[in-house]
Amino acid sequence: MKIVTICGAGIGSSGILKVNAERVLKRLDLEADVVAADIGSVKTAAADAQVILTSPEFVDAIGQTYADVIVIENYFDTDELTRKLEAALG
Amino acid sequence: MPLPPLPESAVVLDATAADWRAAVTLVGEALAASGAATPAYGGEMVRMIEEHGPYVVIAPGLALAHARPGPEVRADGLAVVTLATPIEFGHPYNDPVRVVLGLAITRGGDHLGAVAAVANVFNDSDAVEQLATAATVQDVRRIMGADR
Repeated sequence: MKIVTICGAGIGSSGILKVNAERVLKRLDLEADVVAADIGSVKTAAADAQVILTSPEFVDAIGQTYADVIVIENYFDTDELTRKLEAALG
Repeated sequence: MPLPPLPESAVVLDATAADWRAAVTLVGEALAASGAATPAYGGEMVRMIEEHGPYVVIAPGLALAHARPGPEVRADGLAVVTLATPIEFGHPYNDPVRVVLGLAITRGGDHLGAVAAVANVFNDSDAVEQLATAATVQDVRRIMGADR
């Protein structure tokens, strides 16, 4: 399974989402590749992804995709991440 | 996973900013003061938000301003600006912002190690509240776990 985290620069906020998503996946005992990417490369980065994690600002720019687009409100709230990842993957 | 350097020169307490641009500009100036970035980096961080919206407000009260690695970045570095009056960035969930972090990462920098260290500070904690009410630069560096 592949999860892509998206932000404007591909570092910083998408990196934080990647790190925290990996922590949550480990806790849930789920295996996935988590890749941080910038919005400009979302089409290639997310072409084979099942889940995209991002902020509300990028939903429109991500556009049509086969992946589940999950909006994260508080990047540091691992309970929110756990809840939303469980719902998407469960 | 080391936190990027956060020297005293990169911390500004109780700053006054008229709007989000001014707040991000202040954190850019703090990164320039510490030597992590050139003065132009602040403008790059503002441009990222103009282009993509206030997505840098990644948690209630907290903005993580950053731009891409580029010629404006001199060294990996972090800056912290606390705001005397909270500022609206226009984020749907996490406004108003009380603490602005500035992050500069060089192209060769271990950015995932750096952001993991930032995540460690803020995950499931009241670090934003502690930073917003920090009385001294030393308090800010202690809350952030800065050793450089």
